[in-house]
Amino acid sequence: MRLKSLVPALYILFLMLPIYWLVAMSFKTTNEILAGFSLFPQTWTFENYTEILTDPTWYWGYINSIIYVTMNTVISVMVALPAAYAFSRYSFVGDKQLFFWLLTNRMAPAAVFALPFFQLYSAVGLFDTHLAVALAHCLFNIPLAVWILEGFMSGVPKELDETAYVDGYSFPRFFVTIFLPAIKSGVGVAAFFCFMFSWVEMLLSKTLTAVEAKPIAAVMTRTASSAGYELGLLAAAGTLTIIPGAIVIYFVRNYIAKGFALGRV
Amino acid sequence: MKTQNQRAWWFVTPVLLLVAFNALIPMMTVVNYSVQETFGDNLFFWQGLDWFEQVLTSERFHNALGRQFLFTFLILIIEVPLGIAIALSMPKKGPWVPFCLVTMALPMLIPWNVVGAMWNIFTLPDIGLLGYFMNHTLGLSYDMTQDPFAAWVTIIVMDVWHWTSLVVLLAYAGLVSIPNAYYQAAEIDGASNWAVFRFIQLPKMKTVLTIAILLRFMDSFNIYTEPFVLTGGGPGNSTTLLSIDLVKIALGQFDLGPAAAMSLIYFAITLFVSWLFYTLMTLNDNKN
Repeated sequence: MRLKSLVPALYILFLMLPIYWLVAMSFKTTNEILAGFSLFPQTWTFENYTEILTDPTWYWGYINSIIYVTMNTVISVMVALPAAYAFSRYSFVGDKQLFFWLLTNRMAPAAVFALPFFQLYSAVGLFDTHLAVALAHCLFNIPLAVWILEGFMSGVPKELDETAYVDGYSFPRFFVTIFLPAIKSGVGVAAFFCFMFSWVEMLLSKTLTAVEAKPIAAVMTRTASSAGYELGLLAAAGTLTIIPGAIVIYFVRNYIAKGFALGRV
Repeated sequence: MKTQNQRAWWFVTPVLLLVAFNALIPMMTVVNYSVQETFGDNLFFWQGLDWFEQVLTSERFHNALGRQFLFTFLILIIEVPLGIAIALSMPKKGPWVPFCLVTMALPMLIPWNVVGAMWNIFTLPDIGLLGYFMNHTLGLSYDMTQDPFAAWVTIIVMDVWHWTSLVVLLAYAGLVSIPNAYYQAAEIDGASNWAVFRFIQLPKMKTVLTIAILLRFMDSFNIYTEPFVLTGGGPGNSTTLLSIDLVKIALGQFDLGPAAAMSLIYFAITLFVSWLFYTLMTLNDNKN
């Protein structure tokens, strides 16, 4: 039994090591980093964080990312809700083909879409806006949201719908006041996944922005390439990108396992 | 039993419009480029299927494709068994469960370029934790910017670090859904641990594991940012996976024709393999 709990413990240790190193680096001075190896920061400094939190190009990177991620999550979940309801409750001509076609977009390599997306969003005048990135991320987040919500909705017995109709509920009223509360954990999980994949994606968000909507990921690449030894700054910026994820994950911790199973357990 | 209702199309229309806008128009652009040649100034000439032939016969594409399959194969045979083993040894209830779930999910919520940058800092030969340990404590010569083998080991370990938790969480979700009565019955029959795994746990995990393999296949086959930030495809071309090569051709050399043809071939391969998995998965669903 003791031996058994060692496996997850070792695994978590392995997961934490690179994260620890990133955080440790972010508190070191550039001199200390260049001077050689040290397991803990010798002289603690908050300089790297101060620089990020006072320089608009840095902190706007975070704000931009949070803006388009939020927009994307709202759009994806809103449009996926009725669609997932249709897939879980009705059969209609072409439903299976449509469902698979949606999933194919989750399979498309982002690299394939980088250049055409740039041209498309430039042509419609959305280049370098938050909306462009939010819409582009719909490509893979909507199929995922539909898939997850459909899984959760199929777990709700159809009798619920039928009883509501017998009781004289109109469809919109039934959907909002009875059905949504019944699948609220599913909505939470779907929103979490949209947040997650939009937050971590970087190729498209970088391609579709220049100045106004530049995500934090792109700001970091600039630092990494222009000054190779600004490792402390890079580490601090990286550390700050972990925080939003850690916060959202805490809220969905009880549903996360079921969510990863896409509601199919 | 589902009701037949054609008006359900209205429910899916918003999704259809948004995804079609994002998928069909760019896809048509790619198809357009793939059959034309351009010398700039927006002048295009019909090229037929020449680009496809050029890509399919080029050694560069074969090499990138080979590396891609090797990468995906290696991470699947490491992450899937490892993920199952960890899920099996996790506590079923108690205060440690949320702790395990949250810490394990954490790597998946880190932006992909940060993952690459983090591993870069972690493996620097003289000042990275892993690099220092390998070079100065173990006395090995480890430098992934010089040695292709070290670069490969590093990107594999990085992916295992990044994504094994996905398999763990899925397998765990399958395991906790097994009613206790199954285990009691197995105990009465005197079943061995292996028999419990083979005949109770594994069949119950089948659906979720198919999802895990499907997701891991798609995402590892399309991987770009993490290895690009970590190795840049090097040393030489040793870690140039398909997406990295594609972006090099499309945005680096601006060879739009070959890049577009390569995109379509690439997408077709992903689609075909994913379709195989998907078919298997729906077969499972129908049986249950």
